[in-house]
Amino acid sequence: MDWSPISLTFKLALTTTLVLVVIGIPMAYGLAFSRFRLKPVIEALVSMPLVLPPTVLGFYLLIAFSPNNALGRWLNEWFGFSLVFSFEGLVVASVIYSLPFMVHPVQSGFRNVPISLKEASHLLGKSRMTTLCRVLLPNMKPALLTGVVLSFAHTIGEFGVVLMIGGNLSEETRVASIAIYDRVEALDYPTANTYSLVLFIVTFVILFTVFLLNNGYALKRRI
Amino acid sequence: MINIRLKKELQGAHGKMTLEVDSQIHPGDLTVIYGVSGAGKTSILRMLAGLFKPDSGKIEVNNSCWFDSEKRIDVKPRHRKVGFVSQDYALFPNMTVRQNLRYALDKGQPEKIIAELMDVTGLTQLQHRKPDTLSGGQQQRVALARALVRQPEILLLDEPLSALDEGMRVKMQDYLLMLHHQFNLTTILVTHDMAEIFKLAGKIFILDQGQFVRQGSPQEVFSYQEISGKYKITGTVLHIEPNDIVYVVSVLIGHQIIKVIASEAERKGLKTGDRVLIISKAFNPIILKING
Repeated sequence: MDWSPISLTFKLALTTTLVLVVIGIPMAYGLAFSRFRLKPVIEALVSMPLVLPPTVLGFYLLIAFSPNNALGRWLNEWFGFSLVFSFEGLVVASVIYSLPFMVHPVQSGFRNVPISLKEASHLLGKSRMTTLCRVLLPNMKPALLTGVVLSFAHTIGEFGVVLMIGGNLSEETRVASIAIYDRVEALDYPTANTYSLVLFIVTFVILFTVFLLNNGYALKRRI
Repeated sequence: MINIRLKKELQGAHGKMTLEVDSQIHPGDLTVIYGVSGAGKTSILRMLAGLFKPDSGKIEVNNSCWFDSEKRIDVKPRHRKVGFVSQDYALFPNMTVRQNLRYALDKGQPEKIIAELMDVTGLTQLQHRKPDTLSGGQQQRVALARALVRQPEILLLDEPLSALDEGMRVKMQDYLLMLHHQFNLTTILVTHDMAEIFKLAGKIFILDQGQFVRQGSPQEVFSYQEISGKYKITGTVLHIEPNDIVYVVSVLIGHQIIKVIASEAERKGLKTGDRVLIISKAFNPIILKING
């Protein structure tokens, strides 16, 4: 039994989520609090992966990252790696693909923190960064948790994008969802079943924990 | 000296309104801004705090300029030394009482003021509690203490006592007066509670439709020379009901309703919700202390 697709899936989900935390929170902050002319454009772009078939995204990424193109060549020359058919490429694609799942909950989380708290912090002489880290983020834990978990779970469930840009290379891009498809095609149902079952149970446990925790926060707040 | 000259177009409850005020506040005064809701009281406080930008004008506090539309100066809220207590207190729910106060400390500011403030506001016992476990009056005290940590040049209070019940309000008024004197504060308070004004205010500005229509001490502002009355109270008309040839007008005064007989002529022009002045000349009211 080859467990690498499972471990690769979690490695991908974890990396993607970490990257999303780093770029998603500032993005959500910007979208929640600032008004600039291009904001609707950014909002639409962030939300695109929700409606676009994953294959479309995968297709364009494949074209963009191809070493035959300027961007792909530049990446290859400067960083020495190719984003096509590689783990790094999967991370980039997953980050784009799961962006709305991080940005949307966090953005509405920022909006739900009473504006008076932010103002109070500024009036107490605190900078935006201090206000963000010590007042805003600690008071929107359910939104952060939702964002983190949805991004993680959504990355686990990815198929189309991975197939387009990653292909099916063992230990590099063959994540569980691809491996299941691969095994079914080879009529190896028991292995496909094992992979499927693991994904089924793990995703259930993750989502169950989120709802349990968020209900807990909600209850605590009501008292 | 605090010089305030502000102009701002506001979208009020009754359409467009221009807020235009120009006045001076003496350091160490407790000044009240009084007016009906929608008159622009909160807007003035928010402009002083830097949370709301005037269209034009100038704000000078003790010789430093906080806002000047001509010179394009607009000091950020965090660089203005104001203490602000809003109606909802805005306490940080993730911090305890003590942490809320400590958060307000400036870099390098000694911590001893925290203990001092908790002591005078009676919060020492509650210092490890989170805000959501406190009563309204206790939260109010935390908000007030937190606003004083940085020793602000102006303390701005936006109807801070309106959410409290009568007994608590009276107690908090005492606290406010005590803090105002003890810390030698310059305080601007927005309220529409008459008793509060007479108890606290050194000077009062009456704001109507975005303008200061009258100013002075509460006694000056609220004495109506044209009427000589033995006693005068203000209230709100709740209900007008005909009774034979006269009318019975129910008036809400504080939390009590009294019934006043009015003639046809007196009733004319009165409607539910009107603010009225009740005056009696011929009788001397009997005053009794309520025990307990």
